Amino acid sequence: MSSHAHAGGSTVHAPMAEPSGFIRKYIFSVDHKVIGIQYFLLALTAVVIGIVLSLLMRFHLVWPNATLPFVSGGQMSQEQYLALVTMHGTIMVFFVLTTAPQGGFGNYFLPIQIGAPDMAFPRLNMLSFWVTFLAFVSIIAAFIVPGGAPISGWTGYTPLSGLGEITGPGEGWGQTLWIVSISLFCLASLLGALNFIATTIDLRAPGMSLMRLPLTVWGWFVTAILGLLAFGVLLAGGILLLLDRSAGTSFFIPAGLVVNDQLQAHSGGSPILWQHLFWFFGHPEVYIAILPGMGVASHILSTFARKPVYGYRAMAYAICAIGFLGFMVWGHHMFVSGMSPYSGFAFSVLTMSIGVPSAIKTFNWLGTLWGGKIQFKSPMLFALGFVSLFVSGGLSGLFLAQPAVDNMLHATYYVVAHFHLVMGVAAIFGIFAATYFWFPKMFGRMMSEPLGKIHFWFTFVGAYCIFMPMHFIGIAGGIRRYADASAVGFLAHLQPVHQFMTIAAFVTGFAQLFFLFNFFYSLKFGPKASKNPWNATTLEWDTDSPPPIDNFGGHYPSVYRGPYEFSVPGAVDDFIPQWVEPSQVARAK
Amino acid sequence: MPSTIVSEEIELIHSGKGPGGGNFSGDGGDGGDSGGSGDSSGATRVPQRAYVTGMFIALAGILMFFMAFVSAYIVRKGMPNSAWIPLQVPRILWLNTLVLIASSITLGRAHNRFKAQDEEGFRHWWATTTFLGVLFVAGQIIAWRQLAAQGIFLATNPSSSFFYVFTGAHGAHLLGGILALLYVQFRATRKVARGTAIEVVSMYWHFMDGLWVFLFLLLYLGR
Repeated sequence: MSSHAHAGGSTVHAPMAEPSGFIRKYIFSVDHKVIGIQYFLLALTAVVIGIVLSLLMRFHLVWPNATLPFVSGGQMSQEQYLALVTMHGTIMVFFVLTTAPQGGFGNYFLPIQIGAPDMAFPRLNMLSFWVTFLAFVSIIAAFIVPGGAPISGWTGYTPLSGLGEITGPGEGWGQTLWIVSISLFCLASLLGALNFIATTIDLRAPGMSLMRLPLTVWGWFVTAILGLLAFGVLLAGGILLLLDRSAGTSFFIPAGLVVNDQLQAHSGGSPILWQHLFWFFGHPEVYIAILPGMGVASHILSTFARKPVYGYRAMAYAICAIGFLGFMVWGHHMFVSGMSPYSGFAFSVLTMSIGVPSAIKTFNWLGTLWGGKIQFKSPMLFALGFVSLFVSGGLSGLFLAQPAVDNMLHATYYVVAHFHLVMGVAAIFGIFAATYFWFPKMFGRMMSEPLGKIHFWFTFVGAYCIFMPMHFIGIAGGIRRYADASAVGFLAHLQPVHQFMTIAAFVTGFAQLFFLFNFFYSLKFGPKASKNPWNATTLEWDTDSPPPIDNFGGHYPSVYRGPYEFSVPGAVDDFIPQWVEPSQVARAK
Repeated sequence: MPSTIVSEEIELIHSGKGPGGGNFSGDGGDGGDSGGSGDSSGATRVPQRAYVTGMFIALAGILMFFMAFVSAYIVRKGMPNSAWIPLQVPRILWLNTLVLIASSITLGRAHNRFKAQDEEGFRHWWATTTFLGVLFVAGQIIAWRQLAAQGIFLATNPSSSFFYVFTGAHGAHLLGGILALLYVQFRATRKVARGTAIEVVSMYWHFMDGLWVFLFLLLYLGR
């Protein structure tokens, strides 16, 4: 059996001493597990704020004239609505979708899954979390400075973002804080990416070859490479934008620009240049958000279907292909920027070619499920939900990838529906799946299954109720950043659709309380988790729940096989962990 | 006898990771200088090659950062109404460039002396490199002052904006390199970690040298 098996092929050393003192242990910790939980809690805080902002937006779209107690002047102005749009997007993309899957789960589980005692550079790891935290403080501070939060959207398009207060409330201090926050976030992500890559290359346990890496590690590894190459470019753009705002340079601000009857003293800059720099980062960012989810989905589907991942190599190569192609398609965000039709065509073809590795992944997920003994546990439900949402959201991408169609749909709710399904909700489902799956390992207790299932069905059905009707509003020409469409003639008759979506959003939003309750209740009162409650095969299940400070309690695991050896013919158990020596595998006589 | 099988191969691989519990503090360029904690095992659990890998990765990120500026430069200069007035680069930049190239040569010398276990020679050439690095930064500041004296500031023209951005960003990175050089000269004392630190810092310095030559040619030929 597996319980005594690891003692064979591994050396035993004296366990590492834990740091004493609350601050060294929990605040300025260099332990990747503590840092992972810090990232996770930061993302949890951010997602609550992000959801509240989105509910306020949904509320305003349906009842634009309602009197709100916390809004100065009683009614929400259009600028305040745009501030909500900006802050929702920024907080969700950076501090939830980038922070939780990579900074949170990646930090916690990448070292353990490759059999390392920690990240390669633990102090750098601590630094990257605390810089991320500063970035978060900076973006939240934008709410309370004079003028309030910025209104230029999460893309911070110039010239709106480059001129200061004259372009609207929030474009003074708020926008400056936004740029500072994003630049700090870039810096932190670069440090994090460096650590992830070096750790994966140099700290793997004996026997852990690249083709034995769990697909989660492939996801985090390629995500880190994307981050390394993309965040530096946004950082450079942020510095130039800051100079345009505060030092009077003209990188992005064109000549002869008149705002509020005032001629702006800038000469010959290019607003499109900002878009290029932003989207060169921005498109890889989409994959930074989704690749870890893909890894988690593959991992969990295999574990709960009790079958090996179908086409492991193809899955690993597809992750690499998606990452590679992700750098060549940023122009599809800019089809209407006046780019040459030839460039548009090239970007269009490259964009659609991402459909190939995406389809490989999808078919292999289905192949993994085919004929499996599927266990519908909460993590499995969310992993299945991930596949569903990824397909639903991904298909509309094929339409948007064509310049002729995009000319119609650009900046409509169709785009909003597309990227929320494929990048937003799908990635969130990946995070939920990972949380339900790894909670026992991280906190030593099980989460409640019934509550998890209720949470899943509300969220899954709710997400479709919110974002499927949104496509129709987009096709009808609903512009994504209108604060109040009820006053627009050709959109007024679509208000009932907006009402339906708003109700669905509130139901889905409140259903998240099931998750929050489950999470915090189980932390304290959940049943104790064993070492390997899911009968899974990768190295994190070889150690205690939660793992000791050096991850494996003084012994280092060795790896003897691939990560998904489920239902191997001839074996007694339906799973053979990576750490079990071949001679120890119990075989049927 | 399941629990008695210990493969020697695996033991060998692990021995590099060291038995010294509690010494897992390696970070930055120093390879985990134990700082007189009395642990004489001389090994950390992070293999030394991780620092070389880490520097390669860091340089890739830094390269992307500078290439973003470079592509912005090319695009901005090519704008139809760019209002671009070519900047006459201060002549002292030629001298600065020679100084920086010379510093790479002395650094190579230092590295060779270290490999030949000639400690005195190493310290001599390493210090020379540091001095040349400081000289370069001083030269860059003189170039800035010369431009300022002509009334050319950051916001004067896009060409001057880019000049200050390039030299400023590169100068900041080079200051980091000088700090690393000083660190190796005065702080990195443990034998194993020192070799890695010297290698990693050299990689960084040579890269910054090459990057400057590229930026200088861009500013001079592409003005």
